[in-house]
Amino acid sequence: MKLSIGAVTEPGSTRINKTGSWRTFKPIIDVEACVGCGMCSMFCPEGVVYEVEDKYTIDYDYCKGCGVCAHECPSGAIEMVIEEK
Amino acid sequence: MEELFAPGHRGCAGCGAAIAARLILKGAGKDIIAVSPTGCLEVISSPYPQSSWGVPWIHSLFENAAAVASGVEAALRALGREDEAKVLAIAGDGGTIDIGFGVLSGMLERGHDVTYICYDNEAYMNTGIQRSGSTPYGASTTTSPAGKISFGEDRPKKNAPAIAAAHGIPYVATASIAYPKDVIKKVKKAVEIEGPKYLQIHAPCCTGWGFDSSRTIEIGRLAVETALFPIYEMQNGKITSVKKIKRKPVEEYLKVQRRFRHLFEKEGGEEEIKKIQEIADGNAEQFGLDL
Ligand SMILES: Cc1ncc(C[n+]2csc(CCOP(=O)(O)OP(=O)(O)O)c2C)c(N)n1
Ligand code: SF4
Ligand code: SF4
Ligand SMILES: [Mg+2]
Repeated sequence: MKLSIGAVTEPGSTRINKTGSWRTFKPIIDVEACVGCGMCSMFCPEGVVYEVEDKYTIDYDYCKGCGVCAHECPSGAIEMVIEEK
Repeated sequence: MEELFAPGHRGCAGCGAAIAARLILKGAGKDIIAVSPTGCLEVISSPYPQSSWGVPWIHSLFENAAAVASGVEAALRALGREDEAKVLAIAGDGGTIDIGFGVLSGMLERGHDVTYICYDNEAYMNTGIQRSGSTPYGASTTTSPAGKISFGEDRPKKNAPAIAAAHGIPYVATASIAYPKDVIKKVKKAVEIEGPKYLQIHAPCCTGWGFDSSRTIEIGRLAVETALFPIYEMQNGKITSVKKIKRKPVEEYLKVQRRFRHLFEKEGGEEEIKKIQEIADGNAEQFGLDL
């Protein structure tokens, strides 16, 4: 289908904005303490906490460092540390 | 599960509306057409020429998301393609409960097969925290500012779900991003029901309400636990489910947000907090919230 000018046709194209540069604090997951509940992934406003073999990992290209994951983690497995760039 | 709301969007760190969008798409799946009016979610997800959406999505005007969604649904039917996609509107509280309210009423009245979802951040955030009909009693916004005399918003939160239900539609529900599985379940259920559906999802806004970005979910939970945002479902006009709570006093919710700070700092604030507690008590009684 031909779309008129004004339409954006590329789904998910905001991915070119690497919002990780916004971060002042950085969440670090302690994989030993993680119980794999997935709450961090569920609540992440960016949708960038991913499951990898029952543990969770963060895509720092986009993580803005909001701290929701660390605040909600039931095992206290996520620590927020000052970002160093 | 495939992520249908892409990162790189311009939401504030900790944005509740972005969390709402992700959960809504998890519930609705990819075979949908979504319409959003002007507002934070639209602005953060569509910095031209980019889009965060992994589904067909249309930006309407601020005032007419329900009309555009109605048109999309009618067009699908006219083409005999209504089985190919469910139609959703995903709109802010200003776009829903103020300027888009007449249009929403028309959509509900005409019986369109559309799931209309209001993400409720209780003010016009995109334009700088102006009050809406959904702003709760006592909240300070830039157009209901607390001051020497004023205690902030002086009218109660409009009961939009009850007005939607009064149209005789098959499904009305409230939910909160603090209870993500409940959001996903309700959206999934709504899109499967034929006819007009109305959902209101509480989506705290760290920037507009004034709390640290890490506390978005905690604040959402407190709104539910204090009975200031009751969670329930209505099918064909009858309440069919309620989220019961072990109730907390409203102060626990109010004291952690800048928009209610004046209630604790100004003489006479105690009286106002009492009035807010009465609103919560009323909700608890009406919906039988107490465990
Ligand atoms: C007819 C019209 N009036 C005013 C505006 C300016 N405007 C854009 S978004 C907005 C407020 C949106 O509030 P809400 O729907 O609650 O969404 P939020 O930004 O809070 O997520 C306003 C007033 C507009 N775009 N169109
Ligand atoms: S919230 Fe904590 S325990 Fe749960 S998956 Fe994430 S890091 Fe692991
Ligand atoms: S102002 Fe509020 S709703 Fe808007 S992007 Fe920021 S956190 Fe999200
Ligand atoms: Mg709003």
